[in-house]
Amino acid sequence: MAAASKRPFPWHIGVFLAPAVLVYTAIMILPLFGTLQLSLFRSVEQVQTFVGFDNFRTLFTDPNWSFNFCNALKNNVWFFIIHMVVQNPIGVMLAALLSSPKLRFTAFYRTAIFIPTILSFVIVGFAWKLILSPIWGVAPNLMGLVGLKSFFTPWLGKEEYALTALSLISVWQFVGIPMMLIYAALLSIPDEVIEAAECDGITGWSQFWKIKLPLILPAIGIISILTFVGNFNAFDLIYTAQGALAGPNYSTDILGTFLYRAFFGFQLQVGDPNMGATIATMMFLIILVGVCFYLFLVQRRLRRYQF
Amino acid sequence: MSKATSSLPRSIGAHAILLTYTIIALFPVFVVVINSFKSRQAIFQQPLAPPTPKSFDLIGYTTVFGQGDFFLYFQNSLIVTVVSLFFVLLFGAMAAFALSEYRFRGNTLMGLYLALGIMIPIRLGTVAILQLMVASGLVNTLTALILVYTAQGLPLAIFILSEFMKGVSDDLKNAGRIDGLSEYTIFFRLVLPLVRPAMATVAVFTMIPIWNDLWFPLILAPSEATKTVTLGAQIFLGQFVTNWNAILAALSLAILPVLVLYLIFSRQLIRGITSGAVK
Repeated sequence: MAAASKRPFPWHIGVFLAPAVLVYTAIMILPLFGTLQLSLFRSVEQVQTFVGFDNFRTLFTDPNWSFNFCNALKNNVWFFIIHMVVQNPIGVMLAALLSSPKLRFTAFYRTAIFIPTILSFVIVGFAWKLILSPIWGVAPNLMGLVGLKSFFTPWLGKEEYALTALSLISVWQFVGIPMMLIYAALLSIPDEVIEAAECDGITGWSQFWKIKLPLILPAIGIISILTFVGNFNAFDLIYTAQGALAGPNYSTDILGTFLYRAFFGFQLQVGDPNMGATIATMMFLIILVGVCFYLFLVQRRLRRYQF
Repeated sequence: MSKATSSLPRSIGAHAILLTYTIIALFPVFVVVINSFKSRQAIFQQPLAPPTPKSFDLIGYTTVFGQGDFFLYFQNSLIVTVVSLFFVLLFGAMAAFALSEYRFRGNTLMGLYLALGIMIPIRLGTVAILQLMVASGLVNTLTALILVYTAQGLPLAIFILSEFMKGVSDDLKNAGRIDGLSEYTIFFRLVLPLVRPAMATVAVFTMIPIWNDLWFPLILAPSEATKTVTLGAQIFLGQFVTNWNAILAALSLAILPVLVLYLIFSRQLIRGITSGAVK
């Protein structure tokens, strides 16, 4: 006890933490709580009045709101599933191929495959819209080259395909992120481990499954949770490709676009900051549940290796 | 013997898959760029053919350049991105070091508090942020954007960097302490150079959303003098919905600067990743 009290106060910890904590608290946390607070209020004759959970009751029971909310939530879940099932396996596969020893041109592949990720949603949304457009005919022409022209439909314009098409566009754009993270994780596996595996006769695919994959599981965990959070915040791609109405007939509406419409209004509906804040709070809760699941159930079971 | 025979088909297979994916990744960009140099007729008749002397036409570019100030937008984007990136990396690395190095009361709680921002989109606080910026007179300044993007980038930077800093050998830091180095010197001289690969990774992941963001420039800084490239491009595209030449030219112009920036930066990134891995 006496020894501990003699130790000088650790000012340096404060100095290291202060700038980040100050900026983060002032610009992010306080405004966020300001917004969460709004969800408990309603504007009555231009005065903000406390209404408890009335806004949430409206969101869940008013047929206008609850139908749109369920639709957006359902679409968002599908959006996420496509990312997990398509984007992450492709990312792992590309990273595994890139990290194979003595393969040439890896720098070229790596740089090229990451290019879509650096483009803005504005570019990606518009470029794909043009390419899939039946007016221009790039997609049907290409499919014609391999004899599949009859399968072409204007995917973005059909209710049953639009959401899947947009999810795949988003996968196309973001596959570089899991690829890069897993590639870095694979490269950081020490050669001794790989050599030891080779001495034991474990090579090729079984080496990947038995040695490398367990070592990169923490990286895959991080990628999964980043994808989850990113997908449930998504907005820009749908907005640039399909507009705030998330057409056709709301079939591509996700929580982000639903929030935008509620918040700022569209066509005849007037924007309602309080309902917007209510939807934002629901998004917050959904994301919170997912992140807690990851932090307390998944991450704790992943073993970390220090070399 | 068996290894020698199996490695050639395997590497051909690897090249085939990587090449296929590279084509998928680059094709849309390629189509947009080649068609931006063609006349309207050629765009529709042969969308996949590269521009020939006959179909070559710069009408799209002249329309775009006649309309706005891309260089100013580009400069704005560059300033906002570079300055925010600097603060995110500096503040983020400092906080990550404090969290991963020292055992102090509230360490875990502070880590969770800072990680909260990974899952909460800063957009949810937009209305309050706008009020704050109006109150402090920062609306329509690049400072407002830099502040928002610094706050937005910090949580992920701290999260990733502290994961990496946990891997920096304790012996090295303790050797520094025995030699009488201050905690600040240990951080800037010993730890920072060692986590450079992680910093490069964080830099790319921080830079991309900042450069591409449409939301905050639209709300916080929509004036002509502070428009970013993304916002400028969006407005062009909105104006020229039926002018395909102008749309394709504007898209190409929006792609080009990012591409150049990325190609310069990616060398740094790749060197960073490999130097960290191949000790």
